[in-house]
Amino acid sequence: MTSDRVQLIASLRRRAAAIRRRDLLMIQRSGLGHPGGDLSAIDILTTLYFAVLHVDPANPGAPDRDRFILSKGHCSGALYNTLAEAGFFPLAELDTFAQPLSALNGHPDRNKVAGVEANTGPLGHGLAVAVGCALAAKMDGASWRTFVLVGDGELQEGSNWEALMAAAHFKLDNLTLIVDRNGLQLGDSTERTMALEPLADKLRAFGWAVRETDGHDYAALLDAFAAIPFVGGHPNCLIAHTHKGQGVSFMVDNVAWHHRIPTYDELNLALQELAEVDHEPVL
Amino acid sequence: MNPFYDCRDAFAETLEELARADPRIVILSNDSIGSSKLGGILERMPNRVINVGIAEQDMVGIASGLANGGKIPFACSATSFLTARALEQIKVDLAYTNANVKLCGMSPGLAYGALGATHHAIEDMAWLRAIANMTVIVPADPLETGQAVREAARTNGPIFLRIARMPVPIVHDADYRFQIGKAACLRQGIDVTIIANGVMVSRALDAAGLLAKYGISARVLNMATVQPIDREAIIAAARETRGIVTVEEHNIHAGLGSAVAEVVVCTHPLPMRLLGVPGVFAPTGPTEWLLDYFGLNAPAIATAALELLDGRVSLPER
Repeated sequence: MTSDRVQLIASLRRRAAAIRRRDLLMIQRSGLGHPGGDLSAIDILTTLYFAVLHVDPANPGAPDRDRFILSKGHCSGALYNTLAEAGFFPLAELDTFAQPLSALNGHPDRNKVAGVEANTGPLGHGLAVAVGCALAAKMDGASWRTFVLVGDGELQEGSNWEALMAAAHFKLDNLTLIVDRNGLQLGDSTERTMALEPLADKLRAFGWAVRETDGHDYAALLDAFAAIPFVGGHPNCLIAHTHKGQGVSFMVDNVAWHHRIPTYDELNLALQELAEVDHEPVL
Repeated sequence: MNPFYDCRDAFAETLEELARADPRIVILSNDSIGSSKLGGILERMPNRVINVGIAEQDMVGIASGLANGGKIPFACSATSFLTARALEQIKVDLAYTNANVKLCGMSPGLAYGALGATHHAIEDMAWLRAIANMTVIVPADPLETGQAVREAARTNGPIFLRIARMPVPIVHDADYRFQIGKAACLRQGIDVTIIANGVMVSRALDAAGLLAKYGISARVLNMATVQPIDREAIIAAARETRGIVTVEEHNIHAGLGSAVAEVVVCTHPLPMRLLGVPGVFAPTGPTEWLLDYFGLNAPAIATAALELLDGRVSLPER
């Protein structure tokens, strides 16, 4: 690896750890949030916002910006903390999360928060909106790209499958669907609740170019995003294998942390674990 | 006899004209090109029409994304499927998002006649006006339909247009100018007010003509915008006349009549009659027969106005 790439990956790791710490602080302080899914998605969000997306916090409405849509809107904590880290709004605003009249609602609102592209919350909405974004770029011959992150359990919503058909029909190779494949939904595993597998085969059968990767491996994520379009004329799907609660030993793969709020002691333990990232050697 | 018109023709003609002038306008269809009268546009401007297949939820979500990308989408479908199937997308992806999307509900009300209750749209005004930030427009004739399409195109934000299929006569003067949120007073009157919209407006005017024969002076308001509703016109009608009859091609639960009553009871309460489909699924029958069955014709509207004045309000000496 070149030293630039080594430095990039080290900086992504540090930023992701900082985002995780602030997110858990925010959740603990407000008594609201979804720590499991946030921690599952933060490495993907960090990679996107600090190495992939062409977005400008100083001009968040630029017509030719890349679009990122968080379809799993309940993981607003991951998005808010990433946007704040990227400079879309001051870090101090995170303290207002879920407080009366805060811009930072439990689910994101694009009319109140710079950098938010779509109002999400009910599941199964973001992909169709992303198809519309990608279609608009295609109609204009524009080069900006659209990325959308869905939870794996979210794919149980039928509306997604309408949008999956449409993306392939319209040959949207400027659209990338990232599946946060942590295997858990609110109460149990996806496979015990309503099985998704064989997921990659299903998506390929719908006309998508599918790749699978470790959703916590920055190098693998960077390689995957650099390979877009995976196959010209086909929409891209990256199934990111992740862990709910990633980064905190007692939260990992534990369905109880879907929306459990850490106690003060649990928060301190989590922050200590996440602080260790800052002391890891770069190489 | 005045000629009658299918408002979908004025809709399609105006939309094509606007699309030629503004490259941001795109048209979405759920495989209902013919019933939305989009065949001509598709033939002449194929790159501007997006057929999403039979997928209303997807169509509304895609429309929201197209608006994010700078387009002005007009999403067209039979009203029954558009509003019922995609209601959460309408609430979240359009209204809450404040997406610049125009929803075009075709063939609303009882227009599908004997196809039955699955195809009737008699709840859409209620559902959509209950959603914050949603503008709801029900044009009465081809003139107003064309103008409403124009106003929708140049007004930012989510707007629902209810485009009639059942033929109607022209009820507006040639110099009429539709404004969002403004009722049109089509006939002055001092005894009773009839408030209608859509295909019911011409029938309300006919009812006013019948009432005149009994010496009753009926005001007729075309309440084309259900949300935001013209409070001033309603309050004036409540103050200046002695009763209000509302007429809608819709369930009377939470539709136009309810919207008017919400203003009346909080400002200047007076007796009302709400005419429409009385909280039932319609029986089998063609559209005209169903309208007669539910008393949505001029004689029944006039009778309701007479009952309202005789039964609830003492007639003053004149």
